[in-house]
This record gives sequence, C-alpha cells and structure tokens, in this order.
Amino acid sequence: MSESTSERLTRFFASRWGIITAGAAIGLLAPLLQKLGNPANMGICVACFERDIAGALGLHRAAVVQYVRPEIIGFVLGSLIAALLFREFRARGGSAPIVRYVLGVFAMIGALAFLGCPWRALLRLAGGDLNAILGLAGLTAGIAIGVLFLKSGYSLGRATRAPVAVGWIMPLIMAGLLLLLVFRVQVAEGGPLFFSTTGPGSLHAPLLISLGAGLIIGILAQRTRFCTMGSIRDVILMGDTHLITGVGALVVVAFITNLALGQVKFGFTGQPVAHSSALWNLAGMALAGLAFALAGGCPGRQLFLSGEGDGDAAIFVLGMITGAGISHNFGLAGRADAVVDGVLKVGGLSTAGMWAIGVGLLVCLAIGFTMREKA
Amino acid sequence: MATIVDARGLSCPQPVILARNAIKAARFPIEVMVDSVTSRENVRRMAEKQGVQVVVQQSGDGFKLVLSR
Repeated sequence: MSESTSERLTRFFASRWGIITAGAAIGLLAPLLQKLGNPANMGICVACFERDIAGALGLHRAAVVQYVRPEIIGFVLGSLIAALLFREFRARGGSAPIVRYVLGVFAMIGALAFLGCPWRALLRLAGGDLNAILGLAGLTAGIAIGVLFLKSGYSLGRATRAPVAVGWIMPLIMAGLLLLLVFRVQVAEGGPLFFSTTGPGSLHAPLLISLGAGLIIGILAQRTRFCTMGSIRDVILMGDTHLITGVGALVVVAFITNLALGQVKFGFTGQPVAHSSALWNLAGMALAGLAFALAGGCPGRQLFLSGEGDGDAAIFVLGMITGAGISHNFGLAGRADAVVDGVLKVGGLSTAGMWAIGVGLLVCLAIGFTMREKA
Repeated sequence: MATIVDARGLSCPQPVILARNAIKAARFPIEVMVDSVTSRENVRRMAEKQGVQVVVQQSGDGFKLVLSR
C-alpha cells in the first residue's frame, strides 16, 4: 500500500464516519452470528467467549460453557493483519504487567456476575433485555470512578519497545488455538479441548463464518480504536463524543437487525442467559468498568491491542481468561433466571460471588490510589 | 521556550490528559511527544477541538506534535 493511500485510510478510520463504520459492523454481524447459531443476545461477547475458551482448555469445569470461540481468535488476528498492513505493529510492554493481570481477573469476575462484557450489555439492550440498562449504569459508575483516579494522576507507567517476541506471543497463541480447533487435536482422554454438548457453549455459528466475522471486526476495530469503556470515559473526562458515536451506531444497527430477524423481546425476567437481580447486575458491571478504566480498555480493545504487539494488553487478556476459571471454579458467576415447574426462579449471585465483587472493588480502589507515575 | 510534554510509552488516555493540561496552562508552543499513531490521532483530535493548531512531525520512531495558537 502506498504511503498516501495508507495515510488517507488512517485519517478516514480516525474520523467520525470511521468509528461509525466499526460500530455498525459489530451491530450488524453480532445479530447475524446469533441467527447462524451463537447464543441468544450473545452474537458476540468478549467476556463470555473468553470464558468459553477457558472452559474448552479445561481451566474451569462448567460443562455448558466450553468452546474455542473463533470470533476471539479473529479479533486478535484481524488486528494483527491491520497493524502489519499499516506498519503499526510495535512490540511493547513493561507497564505494570502484574497489575494488569489482576485487573483482568477482577474485570472478568465482575463481567460474569452480570453475564456479559460491555459489548454484550449493548447487544442485550438491542435485543430488548432491559437488565442491560442496570449493567450499563454500573459500567458507567465504575468508569466514572476510574476517571477520578485518572484526573488525580493515576498511571500504570510507561511501556517500552520490546523484542519482537513480546508482540507475537498472543497472536501465536490464537493461531495455535485455531489449529487445535480445526484439527480437534486429542492427546489425552477427552482433552485437551472440551466442547459443551448442551447450554450456551454448544450454540455456535459455523467456524469459518465466526472466524471471518472476527477478522473483519478485528481489522476495523484496530484501525478505528473502537472501545466501549473509552467511549464512556471520554465523555466523562472531556465531553468527547467521538468513540461513543461508534457505540451508538452499534446499538442502533443491532436493534434494527434484531427487529428484522425477529430477535427482539422486551422485558426484565426470563431473558436469555441473563438474570434479573438488579443490584448485582449493577455492582458486577461497576467492578468491571472500574477495572477496564484502570487498565485503559474494554475487553475487546485489549484483544485488538494484543494483536498489534501490546504485551501488556495480552497480559490483561490472560488475566481475564484466568478470571473466568476462578469465577466458575469458585461459583462466583451469575446464575441465569430459570423457570422451574412453571415458576420463575430469579438468578443472581451466590454469597461467594457477592464477596468476590466486594473484594474486587477494594483491590481496584487500592490499585487506583497507589499507582502513580513517578516524575 | 516550548513546553515539552513527553507522553511516549503512556497508554490511552494519558497522552491526551497531559496535552490537555498543557493547553490549559497556555504556555505555547507546546511540543507533545508520542510513540503511536493512536496517541497522535487522539491528541490531534482533542487539540483541534480546542481550537489549537497542530503540526505533526516524524520524530525518531514516534511523532512530535507542535501545538500553537
């Protein structure tokens, strides 16, 4: 690609129409993926899909949520392709990796209490699940706390240029997962990959379509820096509506697509893979929002960054995958509403899950108060 | 004397916050050093919204944005 074409495209993707294109693409592809087999109101969910990957690798034993989601692989590899094409791939790292790991763990615990990442919160809303409003309110509250820290000098410190291996490890892990998935490698009894036969983990669009959608979104999101957390943060921090225009496009396009496909059902109770426990929808996403804000990106953005060489974002992703293991092994994840003998049983969190949210908030606050860039 | 803001290696949104603080202090010209295209575009967008002129120069393997009113 010539220098001037590359620069023109870069300016387009940095423009408002660029971010609208990225949001609209996600808003269109996610409901289509749902139509083609992905779980309801979960055409794409970064947290849920990383959780499914954790399950497929045997890092947790929740049999209903185990699948190597090609969308996640596509996000990282799509971002890698875009970064290489535009000569933006830069191996870098060293900005408080262990802190980012812990933030990733608690971000996942918070997201799984709500049962979804910010993307899924938006997609749930676009499918009529009104619990998403509480999730988004919690997300906003968590990000607002994060903004207070940012304003008072919070920083995880500088990343530095790193040897090229730092940047390639996450893309190569994803390529490895893809090979394991395609060839269904078996080296031991029932392993290394586990696949759900029932529940959300068993619901998925055809592999190539999922991968293709992931690649398209990965490329667009790398170019436009699409980020749900950043969209809310920028509005609170400086009244900047650039990123949130893309988020708005996502919701509008997803809602219209859902209407066209007959996938909209308004209400609070009995929504697919969701619970209607208001407090814990709010608190779970508040924890997730604070952790995303302190780490500098929503789960999607962290995947895109890890594809363009950011070793710190890759550590956050590994933290989230670990967090999924912890969340399900310790019974911390939200339980969906269920109908038992014709009676609605409202789901929500276990006592341990509630404690985990509390501990997570305390840990994130401690990180917020203590991490400062030295002059 | 130019105000120098070294935002290299810092992740989003810190380069923007630092540049914005410098604009508020209004000691122009301001030179903002960043090392990624993302930070370059974010700082440029914020500065232009504040009515500040932005000139971008290649600098090492990063960019120097010269902000002036």
